[in-house]
Amino acid sequence: MKSLEELKSIREKMFDLVDMRNDDSENTNSDYKYQVLVCGGTGCTSSGSMTLISEFEKLIEKNGLGDKVKLVKTGCFGLCALGPVVIVYPEGAFYSMVKAEDVHEIVEQHLMGGKVVTRLLYEESVHAGTDEIKSLNEIDFYKKQHRVALRNCGVINPENIEEYIARDGYAALGKVLKEMTPQQVIDTISASGLRGRGGAGFPTGTKWQFAANSKGDIKYVCCNADEGDPGAFMDRSILEGDPHAVLEAMTIAGYAIGACRGYIYIRAEYPIAVERLKIAIKQAREYGMLGKDIFGSGFDFDIDIRLGAGAFVCGEETALMTSIEGHRGEPRPRPPFPAVKGLFGVPTILNNVETYANVPGIILKGAEWFASTGTEKSKGTKVFALGGKIHNTGLVEVPMGTTMREIIEDIGGGIPNGKKFKAAQTGGPSGGCIPAELIDTPIDYDSLTAIGSMMGSGGLIVMDEDNCMVDIAKFFLEFTVDESCGKCTPCRIGTKRLLEILTKITEGKGTMEDLDRLEELANAIKAGSLCGLGQTAPNPVLSTLKYFRHEYEAHIKDKTCPAHVCKGLLKFTIDPDKCRGCSLCAKQCPVGAISGQVKSPFKIDTDKCVKCGACMEKCPFKAISKQ
Amino acid sequence: MSEKINMVNMKINGMEISVPENYTILEAARENGIDIPTLCYLKDVSKTGACRMCIVEIKGARALQASCVYPVSEGLEVLTNTKKVRDQRRVTLELLLSDHDRKCLSCPRNQKCELQALADDLGVENIPFEGEMNTYDIDEVSASIVRDNNKCVLCRRCVNMCKNVQTVSVIDTMERGFRTKVGSAFDMSLADTACVNCGQCIISCPTGALREKNNTKEVWNAIADDSKVVIVQTAPAVRAALGEEFGYPMGTAVTGKMAAALRRLGFDKVFDTDTGADLTIMEEANELVERIKNGGKLPMITSCSPGWVKFCEHNFPDFLDNLSSCKSPHEMFGAIIKSYYAEKHGIDPKSIFMVSVMPCVAKKFEAGRPEMECGGLRDVDAVISTRELADMIKEAGIMFSKLPDEEFDQPFERASGAGVIFGATGGVMEAALRTAADTLGGKSVEEIEYHGVRGVEGIKEATVNMGGMDVKVAVAHGLGNARKLLENIRDGKADYHFIEIMACPGGCVNGGGQPIVASKDKMDKDLRVERAKAIYSEDRASGIRKSHENPDMVTLYNEYLEKPGSHRAHELLHTTYTSRGLF
Amino acid sequence: MAIPFKGTKEQEEQLKAVIAAHKGEKGATIPVLHEAQDIYGYLPIEVQKMIAEGLGVSLAEVYGIVTFYTQFSLNPKGEHPIGVCLGTACYVKGSGDILEKLKDILKIDVGECTDDGKFSLDATRCIGACGLAPVMTIGDDVHGRLTVDQVEGIVKQYS
Repeated sequence: MKSLEELKSIREKMFDLVDMRNDDSENTNSDYKYQVLVCGGTGCTSSGSMTLISEFEKLIEKNGLGDKVKLVKTGCFGLCALGPVVIVYPEGAFYSMVKAEDVHEIVEQHLMGGKVVTRLLYEESVHAGTDEIKSLNEIDFYKKQHRVALRNCGVINPENIEEYIARDGYAALGKVLKEMTPQQVIDTISASGLRGRGGAGFPTGTKWQFAANSKGDIKYVCCNADEGDPGAFMDRSILEGDPHAVLEAMTIAGYAIGACRGYIYIRAEYPIAVERLKIAIKQAREYGMLGKDIFGSGFDFDIDIRLGAGAFVCGEETALMTSIEGHRGEPRPRPPFPAVKGLFGVPTILNNVETYANVPGIILKGAEWFASTGTEKSKGTKVFALGGKIHNTGLVEVPMGTTMREIIEDIGGGIPNGKKFKAAQTGGPSGGCIPAELIDTPIDYDSLTAIGSMMGSGGLIVMDEDNCMVDIAKFFLEFTVDESCGKCTPCRIGTKRLLEILTKITEGKGTMEDLDRLEELANAIKAGSLCGLGQTAPNPVLSTLKYFRHEYEAHIKDKTCPAHVCKGLLKFTIDPDKCRGCSLCAKQCPVGAISGQVKSPFKIDTDKCVKCGACMEKCPFKAISKQ
Repeated sequence: MSEKINMVNMKINGMEISVPENYTILEAARENGIDIPTLCYLKDVSKTGACRMCIVEIKGARALQASCVYPVSEGLEVLTNTKKVRDQRRVTLELLLSDHDRKCLSCPRNQKCELQALADDLGVENIPFEGEMNTYDIDEVSASIVRDNNKCVLCRRCVNMCKNVQTVSVIDTMERGFRTKVGSAFDMSLADTACVNCGQCIISCPTGALREKNNTKEVWNAIADDSKVVIVQTAPAVRAALGEEFGYPMGTAVTGKMAAALRRLGFDKVFDTDTGADLTIMEEANELVERIKNGGKLPMITSCSPGWVKFCEHNFPDFLDNLSSCKSPHEMFGAIIKSYYAEKHGIDPKSIFMVSVMPCVAKKFEAGRPEMECGGLRDVDAVISTRELADMIKEAGIMFSKLPDEEFDQPFERASGAGVIFGATGGVMEAALRTAADTLGGKSVEEIEYHGVRGVEGIKEATVNMGGMDVKVAVAHGLGNARKLLENIRDGKADYHFIEIMACPGGCVNGGGQPIVASKDKMDKDLRVERAKAIYSEDRASGIRKSHENPDMVTLYNEYLEKPGSHRAHELLHTTYTSRGLF
Repeated sequence: MAIPFKGTKEQEEQLKAVIAAHKGEKGATIPVLHEAQDIYGYLPIEVQKMIAEGLGVSLAEVYGIVTFYTQFSLNPKGEHPIGVCLGTACYVKGSGDILEKLKDILKIDVGECTDDGKFSLDATRCIGACGLAPVMTIGDDVHGRLTVDQVEGIVKQYS
């Protein structure tokens, strides 16, 4: 494919097919009567969506529906908690938690009989008390969302470049190569106000400008797909659901800065994303969207994949480059900045997946369109991975400035089991905990930083009253201690010492002086570490100290863990009123800490008790409690 | 070739200064009288910004920045001495110390330790951080080097030296996080790796994590043993550096005091390895002339540096035939002492205990090689480094500065200037050329200073006309340079008749057994240049400047060896090599 | 305890082909290590030596890389490698307890392999299946929305 006309003709050929999946579409021109979209993201794959696909294939063939029904394996729909998810168009019937044995019902009743299988529908997706299906955009989970980066996820088959083209794919690249100068591209990105979605929020246009200004015959464009923040999976979902968007954006970036080679550094823990990327790169080469003389413009660009090997620090830009260069993924000091001296010593830009996913839209629809969403300093949307103690775990994309409350309560459906919201953690191990009293904070880069957290890549973990904040701080420190590369002193030894103090506190052995030391050391690690990992590693400690100091003090002064999490401070007791003296607990106890006479109340020797909780699990009368 | 370097204006601690644009903040500060503490930085070797001791405040920058890697720029404003900076450095140091085996009193680097000095400078009073410490087994298997990771501060100066400068690459950074350590693959002992024992890691180490295998006990025992005739020889580079251990400025030759000290330590005879060096030249120059005349394997490469020899055996087995078959000077000398000298003076060679004082720790390994013997007797029985000699002198209560200058013992009290310059890079080459030129030309050549092969440039080349023939020579010092040179030859890009290779950058004056110079002092002075000065001035002062003109040599050949390359010379003075494989 | 190396001629040929394919490529060490681990299942000294020699890097450097990245293993994995996700989403939903339970059932610690070579246990980083938290993987199978009680039954399916 060498011309925009060819691109256009593919788009026209594929348009009706894909347009039918548009929720508000009335388009009936497609050759197919039904389209069955099955989520092929990691979440749904883990809960069995691949068996659904083969089941559908079998039954479609058996019933001779091949020319009437189109089966599409898509990327993530976002509502991972309900997986596996199947959506059938034209109705937009949202089937959730579908099992293999449900498939024949959908085939026979819906695809052959024309009747939606009500029992399998996600309850929120029908108007209450009726069988009438809501448009996806009316479902609470989707209502407040605004999909820019995720626009193709769950809509197209990511393994088919033509479906991407049908959604205006590669049109932005065509526009850039045919109508724009590199400087115009950079100006457009700058004017859009797009900031890096991977962490610190550096203005993307500025970054590109620096690299464009650097002299050099060889430059590189890198994509950070080493999504290491535990609880964040938006980059993975984009790569699984819309890999071409990233390839297209990287090629645009290459044109803008004068690079002709790109690397995608992706976690090896993401096998599906890696596979889809490989397919996408192969197809892009076949269609001439990567390689020599793209669109006959004389511009060459190609992309290679590099697999990470399990090191969180490789998400840091200089460490990532060191890793691509084939070494231990240790960060290096800046300056020189990568835009001047990056990968293999030449000018390099590095953006993360979500940042790239925004680029084609900005080029096609303009900087103003993009900047019309969001807040003054944070433009556009942000994808969050909702997780933890929340109903609708999954992926959401909202305008910058949406409040935490809207995300947690309206989109996320609130906290399960009637528990109370305690805090939300953003930014992973680099971020902090936002307490309930700040739930109305609008989420953008600056407001999150102001309250001691950070955007990070967008993991948002919700915690309820059963989570101990000291334990959470300790959890993150365990993570950073494990993941510290060990190069610089403050991070290598400092985080270890922080963790040791935290451990002491959770074991009830802390003193009030430890709190001061904790704070002092945390600040020293922040100020003195070599890279972003060390500089942000103390954030979980500092933010919990700031908002949940009382919990720390309870551990130290009262020797209790208010959330009943810290084992060292737990006390298991048997309620003599409830105990029937069945002796089951005493038999379960691995250390013989429970004694008593059968048929009269038993007792736990707290000195012997190792707090394993086995007795509590087994007690048929719920007579054992922990405090 | 030098491009014009622009100056930039910047401010340090409010002081306006102008420095070359390729400087780092650390260099700019030091040049302007401001000392910034460092640990992982080692000039020309290690520049990683890892230890965070040298952090400074930079106006407009969020975090504190490592000055050793931060480039200067126009208008840069730097503060090196604020409370924030000082507190931060102290916390960082306290953290380092919290995972450090702090048994300073029994540490070989006690009072010569950069970490200890920092703790003193920065006013560390206590270590407020208690917690787990990494503990490691000490690797003492190698004949030359002891590695004690319990004292390692992970500055990686040794790694950068071993990997980037020497390209020996047998140690590297392993594991990660709190478990990060420096080590060999699969925790092998250095003795089981392709380590060449050059000891450059030792003199790069700021603490006691790397040290030589101490052999002073054996020497003390031999001295105390009345049945032993304990003979010592000292290499040329030792006199150029030993004084530093006793407060003399770098580059002071302390030959006379050293001879006096050795005598007071109780050695029965005190000889100069330079005589051995003259002997080496007699044999080596002859070998070169023979190879040139008879179409032998060329280029011929010197074999006096045991680090280089082992490097060749591991990495360039295809060059083993190019190595001169000559033993190194101290081995030759040991062999002569236990044969000719013993015979002449009626001493039972079995009762001789031969000690070499060397600027080198690879000599310890070399002395133990099975080939280095004659008639069942080791050529050399113990090798101690310059540092170990200094320790012995201190232990014996000898006030070095008050010693008189004394001569070496008869009959080898004389050595030529050619023997002395062995201690500096290019010295062996120059010494050999002085003799070979006379041999090939058939007359005494008067122009004897070959400046083309002197100096600290990594690879030096020269063409010397000898007896009408253009002889192409090259000198490489530091094994990284040696590797480059040999690869060029292998690829057909270069061609020589004769090559000198020294394992250590700068040659023996900067050997792994020499006094350790703190990284700070290395910033101000190039010790390779300073120490070499002592050596070249001794050469100039010497009455005899060619090995073959040394009367001791003439006598030795007349009375015993007959002529260079004779059967007896081969038996005593030549050796063989083995291919050792990469791992 | 060192496990004797049981590499076959075929595996060696495969590895040599991989090294040849990457020779001269910048930054080849990590991709080669990935492929070598796919071939052998782990990266013992014999394999690392071949890679070091083949790519012209030192064994110490190769070993330094292998021990830096958690995905590279010096020991063979079990027939059914078990991974418990300790990502935040899984952790707050109790994956720590799942891990404890597994240690208890298998009588091994994290990073170890059962005596019969059947199971090995790892605590993994977030695998991104947060919607199914808490999650464990056994081989390529993902088991989500776990409770401690289910663990034993699931493991039994594989033994």
